Amino acid sequence: MTEFFQHLVNGVSVGTIYALIALGYTMVYGVLKLINFAHGDVYMVGAFSGYYLGTVGGGGQPSFIRAAYITLGAMIVCGLLGYVIERFAYRPLRDQARLTSLITAIGVSFLLEYGFQLTPWFREPVPFPPGPSPRFFPTLLDFGPAPSLEFLGVTVPKIDALGLVLALALMLLLQHIVYRTRFGTAMRAVSFDPQVAGLMGIPVNRIISMTFVLGSALAAAAGIINASSRPKIEPLFGLMSGLKAFVAAVLGGIGNVPGAMAGGLLLGVTEEYVAGYTSSSYRDAIAFAVLILVLLLRPEGLFGRATVEKV
Amino acid sequence: MRFASAMAVAALALAAAGCERKPAAPGPSPARAPTPSATAEAAGDSILIGHVASLTGDQATYGVSSDNGIKLAIAELNAKGGVKGRRLALRTYDDEGIPEKAAAAATRLAVHDQVAVLLGEVASSRSLAMAAIADGTGVPMISTASTHPRVTRDRGRTRPYVFRVCFVDPFQGAVMAKFAREHLRLAKVAVLRDVGNDYSVGLADFFVARFEELGGTIVSDQGFKAGDRDFQVQLTAIASTRPQMIYVPAYYADVALIGRQARELGIGVPLAGGDGWDSDRLFEIARGALDGSYFTDHYTHENPAPLVQRFVQRYREAYGAVPDAAAALGYDAARVAADAMSRAPDLSGPALREAIGKTKDFPGVTGRISLDASHDAVKPAVVIGIERNVGRYLTTVEP
Repeated sequence: MTEFFQHLVNGVSVGTIYALIALGYTMVYGVLKLINFAHGDVYMVGAFSGYYLGTVGGGGQPSFIRAAYITLGAMIVCGLLGYVIERFAYRPLRDQARLTSLITAIGVSFLLEYGFQLTPWFREPVPFPPGPSPRFFPTLLDFGPAPSLEFLGVTVPKIDALGLVLALALMLLLQHIVYRTRFGTAMRAVSFDPQVAGLMGIPVNRIISMTFVLGSALAAAAGIINASSRPKIEPLFGLMSGLKAFVAAVLGGIGNVPGAMAGGLLLGVTEEYVAGYTSSSYRDAIAFAVLILVLLLRPEGLFGRATVEKV
Repeated sequence: MRFASAMAVAALALAAAGCERKPAAPGPSPARAPTPSATAEAAGDSILIGHVASLTGDQATYGVSSDNGIKLAIAELNAKGGVKGRRLALRTYDDEGIPEKAAAAATRLAVHDQVAVLLGEVASSRSLAMAAIADGTGVPMISTASTHPRVTRDRGRTRPYVFRVCFVDPFQGAVMAKFAREHLRLAKVAVLRDVGNDYSVGLADFFVARFEELGGTIVSDQGFKAGDRDFQVQLTAIASTRPQMIYVPAYYADVALIGRQARELGIGVPLAGGDGWDSDRLFEIARGALDGSYFTDHYTHENPAPLVQRFVQRYREAYGAVPDAAAALGYDAARVAADAMSRAPDLSGPALREAIGKTKDFPGVTGRISLDASHDAVKPAVVIGIERNVGRYLTTVEP
């Protein structure tokens, strides 16, 4: 029984990361009907931004203030990156066939992955690009000799618990933005029909940019949360997480914000249970098995609404 | 799977190499002409040695250390007048820790640069990718630290051009099994292996076989894949079977993360592993999480033998670090190659191969090196224990 709950705890901690990344996929799909395959790499850039912010100038003592500064800093860096990607890679192609943007997204993904693997152009104050060797994320918070909480034999690493709290707070904030603010209303209008929204006086370009900024900032937060408990980062680590988050978004119903959160958590927990009770070698296969099942049985996802494509 | 794809790439690379050669080359005879190539002669009369190493990537410290060890050996040999009156020159290519790139680098060294001998790799999966090229091009290859049996053996037959200066995994796995069973008196051990890595899978298998033979039980056998960063699911499954030790035959970066996550999950039992643990980065990342754990290794810098202490001191002077096993084996591999060159009648592939195969009682810093009929070195292994985030020599196990 302890094992069952331990797997649940682990699954939730992995699932929140998928959920945070999946939100970016789903929001962009909502407004642009584009699968932004570079999103997993934005998550990677988020972790690296944290690494650079944390190591530049020799770093410092672990503290909450430092952790907050690094998390916010990485979110800002990635928000800007999201803006730049949209402005220069996707906007010029918005009137082209949708496939063009999709292929561009894959191109941007490769640019980030392999760009970060180049040998450093400069080494001071920090080597950039980082190159293919893994880097080790600085410790943001030091929990001393007892890094974990324990309830009835179930161990919860404090850093994971904190990550979960932060992730849930960010999701609630996003929920508030999307459903309770003028920007959110505009975003939903653009997602419903960009042309009509434009006719109603909504600045469509600005809304789309903001959507990218928001999604990328969430991915950066996911990167920081994940890297502070699993400190090995390298330029390709966003690839698999990105793909799994995409599956999570499809599972929840792509384009649906609460769906992405539920999909991420569900995928994390499913993965954990199947890997824990059968064989851990199946772990990466599970996400894709889930994708196939969803596409076969309920293509609109758990929370999505079936729509008829007009041809 | 990875091995298969590496072989496919190797085959492609060979095909490409075949095109580069003179189209008039008669029949399927091995590539290299018996006379030393004109380019090597023209290049300032020095003997070129090729080295393939993971200078960057997931296992960067292996490549950097073995390259440093080889450079030190070559500098010492050149200071003594080189080999056959000619200086030795080293050319190293980075493979980023990717078997396909190791194969490409080996092909480039053998065919384009026409090196006399190939040194490397540390990791078995990359040495396996290079081995076919050494055999195909007829350039002798000495693997520094690859312990998987298949590196020198191909379908029951010894590879003619591939040698190694380290022990093999059936021995290494048995050493830890014996240590766990007889020294630590453990009965229940769990295994966590990298299922995509030839070295990890092989070593785990040999450990399991020997441990069960000695009357122990393997309570759980879990796998992960290279690049995984989250091991909680495997560790939780392992913890529920209450093992007394977890055997993790993997490379240092993964091991350190596994150690940390095990402690976070409240798993206090020791971890154990093989020579893949030996890297300064292990301790840097683990930050004490591996205290109380053990691993088998090729050598210890604490060995008081004058040969070893002289090497440690010179390495320290040159690089400001204590040499790890990869550095020591690189140093030994280069010296074994030079020794064979001085004994061989000429520097052609077949002559050099013959001479390397006859290496006997060569005084290496990792022990006396004698190559047996299967081209492996028969050498003792040491067991290192980790205390306060530092590796300490515990015992030596003879073959």
